[in-house]
Amino acid sequence: MVPILAIAPFPIEADLGKWLAYGLYLIIGILFGTALEQAGFAYSPNLAAQFYLKDMRVLKVMFTAIITAMTLIFLSSGIGILDYTKVFVDPTYLWPGIVGGIIMGVGFAIGGFCPGTSATAAATGSIDALFYLGGIFTGIFAFGETVDSFAEFWYGWSMGRFTLPDWLNISTGATVVLVILVALVFFWAAEWFEKKFGGIDRKTLPRIRYVGAAVFLVLGVVVMLIGQPGWEQKWERISAEKTEVLNNREVQIAPGELLDLMNNNKIKLVMLDVRSESEYNLFHLAWSKQVDPTAEAVDALVPDLLDNPAKTAVVTMSNGEIDATQAWKVLVAEGVPNVYILDGGLNAWLDIFAGSDIHPVTYPVADDQPRFVFTSAVGSAYSASFPDAEEYELEYTSKVKLAEQAGPEAGGCG
Amino acid sequence: MKRPEKPWINPYLGGVLLGLVLFAAFFITGNGLGASGGFQRIWVWLEDFVASGHVDRTGYLANYAGGDKNPLDLWIVPLLIGVPIGGFVSSWFSGRFKVRTGKGPNITVRTRWAFAFIGGTIMGFGARFARGCTSGQALSGGAVLSVGSWAFMFAMFAGGYAVAWFVRKLWT
Repeated sequence: MVPILAIAPFPIEADLGKWLAYGLYLIIGILFGTALEQAGFAYSPNLAAQFYLKDMRVLKVMFTAIITAMTLIFLSSGIGILDYTKVFVDPTYLWPGIVGGIIMGVGFAIGGFCPGTSATAAATGSIDALFYLGGIFTGIFAFGETVDSFAEFWYGWSMGRFTLPDWLNISTGATVVLVILVALVFFWAAEWFEKKFGGIDRKTLPRIRYVGAAVFLVLGVVVMLIGQPGWEQKWERISAEKTEVLNNREVQIAPGELLDLMNNNKIKLVMLDVRSESEYNLFHLAWSKQVDPTAEAVDALVPDLLDNPAKTAVVTMSNGEIDATQAWKVLVAEGVPNVYILDGGLNAWLDIFAGSDIHPVTYPVADDQPRFVFTSAVGSAYSASFPDAEEYELEYTSKVKLAEQAGPEAGGCG
Repeated sequence: MKRPEKPWINPYLGGVLLGLVLFAAFFITGNGLGASGGFQRIWVWLEDFVASGHVDRTGYLANYAGGDKNPLDLWIVPLLIGVPIGGFVSSWFSGRFKVRTGKGPNITVRTRWAFAFIGGTIMGFGARFARGCTSGQALSGGAVLSVGSWAFMFAMFAGGYAVAWFVRKLWT
């Protein structure tokens, strides 16, 4: 077996232990503070100047930082050394984010800092930053005490892990190029404003920045040409290990275990019925969701599945196991945690739970074909859709272990 | 010995440096950078000392410190502790460490302090409202192409420009 190189990001708290990992975060914080200070972000007039169009330092630093990190992230993901699905993407709460952003902008123009820069500035001797920090704690206090009164708004417009490529419906690489172009237009406009309002002549600015702009554009095009790995490439990397898991039947859960999961209100259960819509309409399990038995259809569910809370189990099912296993491969390759397959599929389920009115056919059926014939479409309005667990008391070997959510769920400004 | 004061580096170069730190954070840990979340946790930790029952009863605060939860036990707290250390070291070696008050030329130091406090209060409230600040939302979320982070970023600039004219005495 070929040893699998670890793909970033790394589970550093598990690998290094918590304190070493926290030491690493401390170092990242030190580098962060250093970069902010070097860029001139520890002096409030530099920051406030942004709003008077005299010195567009804030915009230049921020957008350069964003396109630098963005280009490197998607380059790494494109060549397969970084798993983007495990990178924390701030979940979108559209209107709360916009309202919060406007409030913050007001605080920025009045106070002359943002939270990170004030922490930096206070350590460089800025007394105004200390007052600002006092304000931040006051504002945080006020928010914590009042948020329950506007919770409906604040938790509203939740769109989960929603990215610009999803929204624009273009490839990730094209989005990267587009963002770089937008940043370059902003830089051009920023320098125009600086000349008009700040009297800074473009000719005095270092010419090497044109080289920098060209480098970004070239890298952006490279990211676009490489593309982002699909589920097949991701599956290639893990197939040896995961095929063994499948062959050892570590993830095929018995009908009895699924029934107990359906009755377990401490976890979130997502049941994916990977059969055609007509078969689904004839009979399906209560609360199961139909998804066409194609890799594309299953793949399209991934962003939503990655948004689920830590204690979520995903169970795929088809008549037998073939399509359910295929769906399992797609989801596991894409980094969805806690995915299982219904052992024996819905045929095995009906062997146990079908009432006396539904009989299996007497001739052998091909793999993954329905073995029970429903003469009318009962959907989930049938006793076997959600059997009474107490009536059966099935014994099984439990296989579901809910691993922590793969993505760092409390990331960002958690 | 006083080190000679060096000018700040070119903003584009500063942006590349900051971007490299941001990339390293994402690459190694899967998390970006952040600040306001750390402030939130430090605050709740203090509040939990004084009014533990209140923290447990307020849904939003209990998420951080309900029962036995230690609000400081998250990566963002050591990261935030590192930020002023980096700021201090960087300013010291560049000869920029100086006890001073950054302000516009036409206001007194006390006025600046008062408005720094007011601005900080608005910012603290807004940063929690937006679920992150300039670092956690705009920089980190922007780099990984979150739609909400981009909407947030433009809203923040809009908010700043909207009031800039009214507070121009503070800075110009």
